[in-house]
Amino acid sequence: MTVPTSWYLVLSAILFSIGVGAFLFKRNIISIFMSIELMLNAVNLTFVAFSHQWHQVSGQLFVFFVMVVAAAESAVGLAIIIAVFRARNTLNVDQVDLMKL
Amino acid sequence: MYFVLFFIFAGLCVAGALNLLLQRHPINSALSLIVVMTSLAVLYLLLGAEFLAAAQVIVYSGAIMVLFTFVIMLLNAGEEERTLGTSQMAYFVGVPGVAALLGLLTYVFLSETTALGGSRLGDAIVTTSDLSRVLFRDLLLPFEVTSVLILIAILGAVALARKEPAANTPAPSTKALAPGAAAVRGVAVLAQKESER
Repeated sequence: MTVPTSWYLVLSAILFSIGVGAFLFKRNIISIFMSIELMLNAVNLTFVAFSHQWHQVSGQLFVFFVMVVAAAESAVGLAIIIAVFRARNTLNVDQVDLMKL
Repeated sequence: MYFVLFFIFAGLCVAGALNLLLQRHPINSALSLIVVMTSLAVLYLLLGAEFLAAAQVIVYSGAIMVLFTFVIMLLNAGEEERTLGTSQMAYFVGVPGVAALLGLLTYVFLSETTALGGSRLGDAIVTTSDLSRVLFRDLLLPFEVTSVLILIAILGAVALARKEPAANTPAPSTKALAPGAAAVRGVAVLAQKESER
């Protein structure tokens, strides 16, 4: 029983679209950050599916680098969220509309 | 068997992602995102990426999401209010845009189904030694650069999340006031300086 590679790609497109939708609809800054992580994961699935399709190891290594950068990004991003919360006392993005802390 | 596993975990992925979108409380969103990431690890295993499946569980659901739950609990984030936001453009352009993107991608992928082939149980898996051979021979420089990146990220996170030392703050009473009151007071001080000149 074979599962076509295109089904994996469609699944990743669905996950990416849900991530974009969550990015637009969510108002909590942490939820918005989590929807960015969801989009990163969706793209990672595409990389792994194509890597399996063409028997290339580099696709999986790209996912590895994406994971490393995502870990660094989430550490810095959550630190920024903590700093914003200290200055503004809110997590609602509508009230955080200045670049200044 | 492969088919059944794919459908179970693909369904879990989509259900978790929809739950992330629909839940109001950030902690519920975080837990459903953990479901999505763990199911994606199983899908990686089905695609023969054993190292990435382990790394997905350890790095994403283990480290990153624990960091998220820590921050949600630390900031005591409550249910978000569903305000419409300041930009109506996001809804009138964003939602049709996302739907069009999804439709276009699905059409392209499904029309290329026969050209792309498929995957089944018993396909060759990429072992960790295959990965490391390429990683440490061809991609050694990017690998070392990422370690510098991680170091900088740690320093940045510590510097950003650190509390300001109390000795450096010139007027501690301003800190205690609400931000609006502090701004009003700042304007008053500026006006006073202007009048003195």
